Amino acid sequence: MTSASAVEMKLSRRSLLAGSAAAAGAFTFGFSVPFTDEAKAQGATPEINAWVVVQPDDKVVIRIARSEMGQGTLTGLAQLVAEELECDWAKVTTEYPTPGQNLARNRVWGNFSTGGSRGIRESHDYVRKGGAAARIMLVQAAAGEWKVPAAECSVSKGVITHKASGRSLRYGEVAAAAAKLSPPTEVPLKDPKEWTIAGKPLKRLDTADKTNGKKIYGMDFKLPGMLNAAIKDCPVFGGKVKSFDAAKIKDMPGVKHVLPVGDSAVAVVADTWWRAKTALDALPIVWDEGEHAKVSSESIAAWLKEGLDAPQAAVGNQVGDVKAAIAGAARTIEQVYSYPFQNHACMEVMNATALYTPERCEVWTPTQNGEAALAATAEASGLPLAKCEAYKIDLGGGFGRRGAVHDWVRQVVAIAKQIPGTPVKLIWSREEDMLHGRFHPVTQCKLTGALDKDGNLTGLHMRISGQSIVAGIFPQNIQNGRDPAVFQGLNPPGPEASIGYTIPNLLIDHAMRNPHVPPGFWRGVNLNQNTIYLECFIDELAHATGKDPLEFRRALMKNHPKHLAVLNSVAEKAGWGSKAPDGVYRGICQTMGFGSYVAAVAEVSVSPEGKLKVHKITAATDPGHAVNPAQIERQVEGSFVYGLSAALFGECTVKDGRIVEENFDSYPVMRLEDMPAVETVIVPSGGFWGGVGEPTIAVAAPAVLNAIFAATGKRVRSMPLRNADLRKA
Amino acid sequence: MAKLNINGKMIDVEVDGDTPLLWVIREQIGLTGTKYGCGVAQCGACTVHIDGVATRSCAMPVSAMTAEQKIVTIEGLSADGNHPLQKAWIEHDVPQCGFCQSGMIMAAAAMLQANPKPSDADIAAEMTNICRCGTYNRVKAAIKQVAAGGELGRG
Repeated sequence: MTSASAVEMKLSRRSLLAGSAAAAGAFTFGFSVPFTDEAKAQGATPEINAWVVVQPDDKVVIRIARSEMGQGTLTGLAQLVAEELECDWAKVTTEYPTPGQNLARNRVWGNFSTGGSRGIRESHDYVRKGGAAARIMLVQAAAGEWKVPAAECSVSKGVITHKASGRSLRYGEVAAAAAKLSPPTEVPLKDPKEWTIAGKPLKRLDTADKTNGKKIYGMDFKLPGMLNAAIKDCPVFGGKVKSFDAAKIKDMPGVKHVLPVGDSAVAVVADTWWRAKTALDALPIVWDEGEHAKVSSESIAAWLKEGLDAPQAAVGNQVGDVKAAIAGAARTIEQVYSYPFQNHACMEVMNATALYTPERCEVWTPTQNGEAALAATAEASGLPLAKCEAYKIDLGGGFGRRGAVHDWVRQVVAIAKQIPGTPVKLIWSREEDMLHGRFHPVTQCKLTGALDKDGNLTGLHMRISGQSIVAGIFPQNIQNGRDPAVFQGLNPPGPEASIGYTIPNLLIDHAMRNPHVPPGFWRGVNLNQNTIYLECFIDELAHATGKDPLEFRRALMKNHPKHLAVLNSVAEKAGWGSKAPDGVYRGICQTMGFGSYVAAVAEVSVSPEGKLKVHKITAATDPGHAVNPAQIERQVEGSFVYGLSAALFGECTVKDGRIVEENFDSYPVMRLEDMPAVETVIVPSGGFWGGVGEPTIAVAAPAVLNAIFAATGKRVRSMPLRNADLRKA
Repeated sequence: MAKLNINGKMIDVEVDGDTPLLWVIREQIGLTGTKYGCGVAQCGACTVHIDGVATRSCAMPVSAMTAEQKIVTIEGLSADGNHPLQKAWIEHDVPQCGFCQSGMIMAAAAMLQANPKPSDADIAAEMTNICRCGTYNRVKAAIKQVAAGGELGRG
């Protein structure tokens, strides 16, 4: 039996700061705080370079800058380093450098931000060079000991051999000497065709502790003497606290403090979180709900609808003269689609632990961007960056919620600042998490297609109306009223999120309408609804002209060979054109985003009562290079759960200025019974690096929606699907 | 004050009677493998066994428990993480973020104990835990492997 005190962190604060996984293996948590100068002075193994530490027993510690939130980046990035390092994969472990260490070392680990499926696609080059440079130094150290040219030495699985003399040394035996060498100036990388660790379907490095309860998430983190906080922010965004009556709850069990947090929230701090929450629920709070208290989903929808025909719009993609094409068309087709607010609904609610003193402020939190968490800590504490630190803890889901905005970190620091010297852990209730998300943006889209007398698409106008994430989070990046992220998957030909069709007259523009509900980046984000809009409308055009949806697409994709190749792969694998089982209907779609080309075929049936069953989705992805095919398969499967949860169920409605859905009973998500079979086709064509966590989300919903049309003749254009009546038309 | 039998040990805890069992386990006992996900028995992240039955501990007031009832958490499911399901979970690389997986495994363990050879429909009906990363197909594959191995159950 493990007692509370035994589970409680045994380490002193000093050892927390000085401790090094590389040094002593002292940490038993899912994270570590490595290699300070103090740790080195205590006899820690010196690093070969920023990315690699080799211990005397040959254990290799690979440093990972990006955050692990389930997507497997920890394992994938380690594979890339280990591939070039030529170490024994069985001896690899990983650790996170801290954001403070990154700043202190001139950002030697590069960008910590973990979102946009960027972990591997944006850092493959420098992490591989880190591994390769370390290998060169280790070999050089052995060669130096033997007094032979390094070129005469070979290395395999962490053993360096000088064949001519029959000598060999292990990495662990030369690590200390290698650490003293100057880094090489020339660091050639392997041709991916030679990979033996990267590119292989290896098991994740971090699974065992997720099966036995040992894994420590932010919610589980403890410090000696720590108190626990629960919080309520004004349920109407932009509102404030008018007053609260602390006297009413101050004598409730365990309550230590009742504190204002900024001008919009109140926190109760107690000995346990349950007591803090119980007291908070009993606390009378009067809100000043502010100017948005009358906003509703209906009022937002009406405003967005007006944007569909507004004269002012920012252009994302323009070819030819779409107005003339529409005016001169033999036939036009026009439809309006819409997509609601959605919550990330990470399984682990927002949380963070903070310790503030006038000299220093530290935060421990699950974050997709440790450096942004550190910046939030410094801003909220009022202390300079050098006097702050943020320690990353693996995330119980991120999906974009824990990346750009660290509202919960600011809150916990604001609480900690009022109780200096006492560590405090803030945990949001699920209800708080649902009410105070950074929501998937709300948009509508009007599509107008121009067809000639033979049914060829001569023009397409896509008018998007609605919310801009960039305007909500990084307003400085809006230029001339244009948010480039709005056009994900619709961009002109190029390496990122480009449209896969050549249409002689094309206009894709955006009328920005920003409701008061705060938007955020979201797994797949704008690619999700843009792919629904475009790919369902393309399907509509195909059916309207009596053409097969695959053939209709192919005719427009001749100049887009990568898009087309992936579409062809999935069509072939899914047997497009062959007879489906009785009662089963297929839908197809494709898109490109986060650097990868993706396509899907869904097989569905719809009962006479209108009940949908998604039997199978076949997905193809071309991420350029496939660093771990087994984990790519898992990401594709997972992306369909996220994408279909959003399409089938996901909707946060607004009433009286606030979000209505407060928990999973009113915000349903996919469960095991809803899960289709998934077959993943990985077709890496080389020459570029694409992401895998997000792109396939976008093809889940349109493939299913197009299959529903094939099954029922009903075209669902307003998400989520659960609001639609699918009984046969 | 409550007397609880957790993972084979009798423990006295000082606690308000309306505290959910989940928070007693996490905050008083200090076992954090059992997770808070929703607080309203929707998501299953808090699943423990009470006398062998999978129970969502977030909605179970500790005052409703007796000292005779045997509570098992993920930490007590096996001596060394070697329950057949835990081994199958590792073999199939089931977890992604892992946050829901304690509850998944506890739900699956109770199901297989009662029904060692579940059909796909049984699994779909019993395994109602929420996973946002989307591990459902791997969860199902791991359960089916254990069921096929016949290591569990009263049968």
